Amino acid sequence: MTEPGARAAILARVRSALRDRPSATVARDYRRAGTRGRGDLDRFAEMLRDYRALVRITDDVPAAIGDRGFIAAPGCPPEWGGDRRQHTVAELDRVDGVITACAVAIADTGTIVLDHDAPDQGARALTLVPDHHIVVVRADQIVPGVPDAVAALAGVRTQTWISGPSATSDIELERVEGVHGPRTLEVIIDIR
Amino acid sequence: MTFIGMPRGTGNLTGAPFPEAASEALDNAQLRRNLAKATGTIRAKRAAVVDELPDWAALRAAGAAIKDDVLANLDTYLLRFEAALTERGSTVHWARDAEEATRIVTELVTATGAREVIKVKSMATAEIGLNEALAAAGVAAVETDLAELIVQLGHDRPSHILVPAIHRNRAEIREIFAEGMGATDLTDDPRVLAEAARAHLRRKFLTVDVAVSGANFAIAETGGLVVVESEGNGRMCLTLPRTLISVVGIEKIIPAWQDLEVFLQLLPRSSTGERMNPYTSVWTGPTEGQTSHVVLVDNGRTATLADPDGRAALRCIRCSACLNSCPVYERTGGHAYGSTYPGPIGAVLSPQLTGIDRNPTLPYASSLCGVCYDVCPVAIDIPSMLVHLRGRAPKPRAEAAAMRAAAWAMSDHRRWRRLLRAGRLGRALGRRPMLPPPLSAWTRARDLPEPPRQTFRDWWDTR
Ligand code: SF4
Repeated sequence: MTEPGARAAILARVRSALRDRPSATVARDYRRAGTRGRGDLDRFAEMLRDYRALVRITDDVPAAIGDRGFIAAPGCPPEWGGDRRQHTVAELDRVDGVITACAVAIADTGTIVLDHDAPDQGARALTLVPDHHIVVVRADQIVPGVPDAVAALAGVRTQTWISGPSATSDIELERVEGVHGPRTLEVIIDIR
Repeated sequence: MTFIGMPRGTGNLTGAPFPEAASEALDNAQLRRNLAKATGTIRAKRAAVVDELPDWAALRAAGAAIKDDVLANLDTYLLRFEAALTERGSTVHWARDAEEATRIVTELVTATGAREVIKVKSMATAEIGLNEALAAAGVAAVETDLAELIVQLGHDRPSHILVPAIHRNRAEIREIFAEGMGATDLTDDPRVLAEAARAHLRRKFLTVDVAVSGANFAIAETGGLVVVESEGNGRMCLTLPRTLISVVGIEKIIPAWQDLEVFLQLLPRSSTGERMNPYTSVWTGPTEGQTSHVVLVDNGRTATLADPDGRAALRCIRCSACLNSCPVYERTGGHAYGSTYPGPIGAVLSPQLTGIDRNPTLPYASSLCGVCYDVCPVAIDIPSMLVHLRGRAPKPRAEAAAMRAAAWAMSDHRRWRRLLRAGRLGRALGRRPMLPPPLSAWTRARDLPEPPRQTFRDWWDTR
């Protein structure tokens, strides 16, 4: 617990440190949200492949998902299939894979963002513990850059930004996919 | 000057004087090879992905200005952050120094009854010496980042901000894992080693009930915390345990959610040389039934803030680009700096956090070549700051002529850069490993019968 006086002391130190009254003006001369049109699907797919994610572009999502005995976030469209029951973490450790939707995707960086309060994306453990994650991205969810995604996500409290499968470069900087998160990231881009 | 009296930081911020530690590192051929390979690889990747962004200069300027605004209004933003966190159900704690911070965390952990915690890699917890404090209270802290695990099982110290085991090669790592995990069937294929870590840690993720994290960014407007990582160990720690304790330096604040659009472009490209890191977690208050604590740590940051010519060091987003580009770091590695914060940023940050008297040699651990400034995504002018800090260091009783000359040259960094450029033309660095001048004086010293090496040690020790 905070020592009595610690909070007041730190705030007093801050104010005393700023006695010269510094100030700063922020100029945002970079490419802002909404200035670059729509996100480029091909670029998005290329960035994902660069991370060694599996990418499939289709107008038939249920066929692309098929029947693999995966689980799915409860709010996914019924035609995506998958087991919709609640699972404990120990149970999640035994399932083969999980299907979810996403909130927004970024072409420049090959990033997919999950909003964990949205029922078609599910609680965090759902997309973390299973070893294979299928995420369905609608083509109109792809934005050009990071600022476009940040603007689209304002107010979303719990998010995971995913750019390729789990990876490490900690051993002689050699990239190894698949440490603790899903080792396979499969992205189905819905162009219907 | 008024800031002399400000309370300073404690914890893991000091070590042996830089020249001594650097000499030892230079004798380690394995370390030098690993470092050269690793830093060279990251440098090339970084340059390629930075070049992809036509607006990099504007992003860098915005990043620097946003951080300057945070520092200029830090009291306001801290209070706003505290209010947002409290409103959303987190408990906020304030710690003046390393002792207070470790005591708060230790009390929170022991109150849950846990004997073990899992940790996301965090500079702040390394700085305050949290693992040591928890161990003293009978709590084992398990590092879950692969490199941190290598360091922990090898009873070693991190040597790099981002790749803490950069000084170890695959064969050494296999031995460390075989010993530390009791694994017998390992090869030195990185895939096999990563798989061993996955199996070893998965049990911990699914059973340990308390996690300790840091944060890359703390959003004042929303009370949001952001952790940027690659392996998924961060997601595991943030998601599965019932209690989450986040240790956050007071300079980690950014004003608003929108500001992330700048830093999530600057940080991954500068640090791992990727367009984006595999995983970034954002959470706002306790999530999915968790209990959430945030410990705000000063530990010398307000003292650093008090120096108008030094405070910009607090902009640092710990990307490690300055380490990877530094010719001194490439030869000595991180251990030589003696502090949790190595490399160019460590040379300006550590002496300010602790007070210059406790880190008097660090401002000299640089050749002032200026590359660190060029690559810094928040435009910290490290060379000028080093010169400024040298001016504040206890004055030398200069005895070595070489170092006197170097000190004269370095006292003005424009003068120094001119000399350095001129010197580069004719001079090769020599057959045996050496630091760039003027630090080469330390290494050259060992080859000379007269004056003995001790002269330089004496000289440095009395500074
Ligand atoms: S000083 Fe700049 S380059 Fe160095 S770690 Fe900090 S942000 Fe990165």
